Amino acid sequence: MSRYAAMFARLADRGEAAFGGFAMLGDPDLEAGDALLDALVAGGADMIEVGIPFSDPVADGPAIQAAAVRALAAGATPAGCFGLLAAFRARHPDIPVGILTYANLVVARGRQAFYDSAAAAGVDSVLVADVPCAEAAPFLAAAASASVDPVLIAAPNTPGPTLAAIAAAGRGYTYCVARAGVTGADAEVRFDAALIARLRALDAPPPVLGFGISRPEHVRQAIEAGAAGVISGSAIVSLAAERGPEAVRGFVAAMKAATRL
Amino acid sequence: MLMSGRFGAYGGAYVPEILMPALEQLEAAFLAAMEDAAFQAELAELLANYAGRPTPLTRCRNLGSERVRLYLKREDLLHGGAHKTNQVLGQALLARKMGKTRLIAETGAGQHGVATALAGALFGLKTRIYMGAHDVERQQLNVFRMELMGAEVVPVESGSRTLKDAINEALRDWAASFADTHYLLGTVAGPHPFPLMVREFQRVIGKEARAQVLEEEGRLPDAVIACVGGGSNAMGAFADFVGDEGVRLIGVEAAGRGLDGAEHGATLLRGRPGILHGSETYVLQDADGQIAESWSVSAGLDYPAVGPEHAYLKDSGRAEYVGATDREALDAFALLARREGIICAFESAHALAHALKMAEAATEETVLVANLSGRGDKDMGQAQRLLGPSA
Repeated sequence: MSRYAAMFARLADRGEAAFGGFAMLGDPDLEAGDALLDALVAGGADMIEVGIPFSDPVADGPAIQAAAVRALAAGATPAGCFGLLAAFRARHPDIPVGILTYANLVVARGRQAFYDSAAAAGVDSVLVADVPCAEAAPFLAAAASASVDPVLIAAPNTPGPTLAAIAAAGRGYTYCVARAGVTGADAEVRFDAALIARLRALDAPPPVLGFGISRPEHVRQAIEAGAAGVISGSAIVSLAAERGPEAVRGFVAAMKAATRL
Repeated sequence: MLMSGRFGAYGGAYVPEILMPALEQLEAAFLAAMEDAAFQAELAELLANYAGRPTPLTRCRNLGSERVRLYLKREDLLHGGAHKTNQVLGQALLARKMGKTRLIAETGAGQHGVATALAGALFGLKTRIYMGAHDVERQQLNVFRMELMGAEVVPVESGSRTLKDAINEALRDWAASFADTHYLLGTVAGPHPFPLMVREFQRVIGKEARAQVLEEEGRLPDAVIACVGGGSNAMGAFADFVGDEGVRLIGVEAAGRGLDGAEHGATLLRGRPGILHGSETYVLQDADGQIAESWSVSAGLDYPAVGPEHAYLKDSGRAEYVGATDREALDAFALLARREGIICAFESAHALAHALKMAEAATEETVLVANLSGRGDKDMGQAQRLLGPSA
């Protein structure tokens, strides 16, 4: 059983949803980044999502852009990031880890080489933010060959046939964008329960909501809308930049507590 | 999507899933408009009576010679001051047809921003222009033009603070605003259907030039020469000549401070295939795939990617791509002013610089058409600084 499947099964037994914590690899620098990842685990995150920083992150808002800028300035490279991931995997053998990144970093390394590197570093999934389902075929093939789960994005406006293709081709979980726009921490969020219901009806990989999740009440709302979990990103990277890993651990603990209804 | 959006291996639509329905809506609206006589009639009327088409094809009286005849396609005389107006009018009509009430656009030199602003004013659409903060500094006059026509100009402080960062910011805006907003992308780059659509709206440049040169010379030119940043004026100039085997198509990239260094915008000459701004194409990048910062004296050529059809034309060999340095472009700019009484944009001066090189090297009777894509008013401040008052 994959780490994602094992995690969702375990949480289902307990009546909990998954909390995913996001960090940008190499932010604020290569050593302190390790402490941040460990703080996510210590706070109780069920799954870890990491960014490999890209110079032109069009799907990201200011907080994650700033994290990418810091990481690149600190010398983060894809090769260095795979090294950080392998070390993380050695410290934490069981927690699912997914990469979120952009297409040019994948094709620059060579699609297959990128997914093979991810697999070798103990990574469970790869999501490429600027590869929609219609362009996904060669990425899916490389992922399959490397036995890495390709995570696809579903949006509230995704039409039926595309959603069916996402449900059929995605693995691990389905990343549901909770709203239009780019990543960012919102004061209030509105969840599209219809999207989650449509994905459930299509037997898609478990729907996990991202974009805007920054407060425990968002977590509860997402779960009430039917989500199998949530991912919080911008709130974490901002908190990490302002107050460091210990504050992140506390934030994650509060968010995780909200997954236990 | 109804079409693949591919030019050989290049092109496609690499955008976050949330933007795909907006691209599909745009593709459908564009394809319907191509078949819609009323749409075409309205666009033709605007191009003629608002924008000032057809633009002349001017034979240089003093540059070139009896034997080597150099023609300039005068997009600098188009309303708005550059070829950008051609396709902006087409896209603005489409925006209205799709019921969008707001336009957003990126701009480098400010020419596309000015064109979008004039269309926004003309059609009563709220308009926001994203412009790299560095470009805002070097193109103040165009910023004021846009604001005068009612557009809001937003300086973009991220990344290299130039055109690529303005596109990033426009894409971010569109991901949130697509329901009521049309992203009026300014060149033949970006995700499908932009490269195809912008080429079709710019095709008028080469269509007119081809008829005009046939009328003057009784034959097709030996070469059509155009500058390439994103590549829209070049695609527009080339499109109707692609089938004419004997006509060389030559794109001139910004060689900046030299092709051997890092300070240039020569994507096709020095980049390699990658994915940027929604399209698979040549990209200036490092070994890891991080996007490099380009350089050119002309803000409009200062872009680290290029339209995917140019990537295809390069690989297929149908078009040739060369570079002109900042210095060569400035010399051509000054020479055109002094000898022909025409002040062109720094961008267009790159095409002219290469045309002049070809004219000098020609040993046989030769007919050259260079696309003078824009006028130089926007560059006066920089020209004064770079060339000095007695240039």
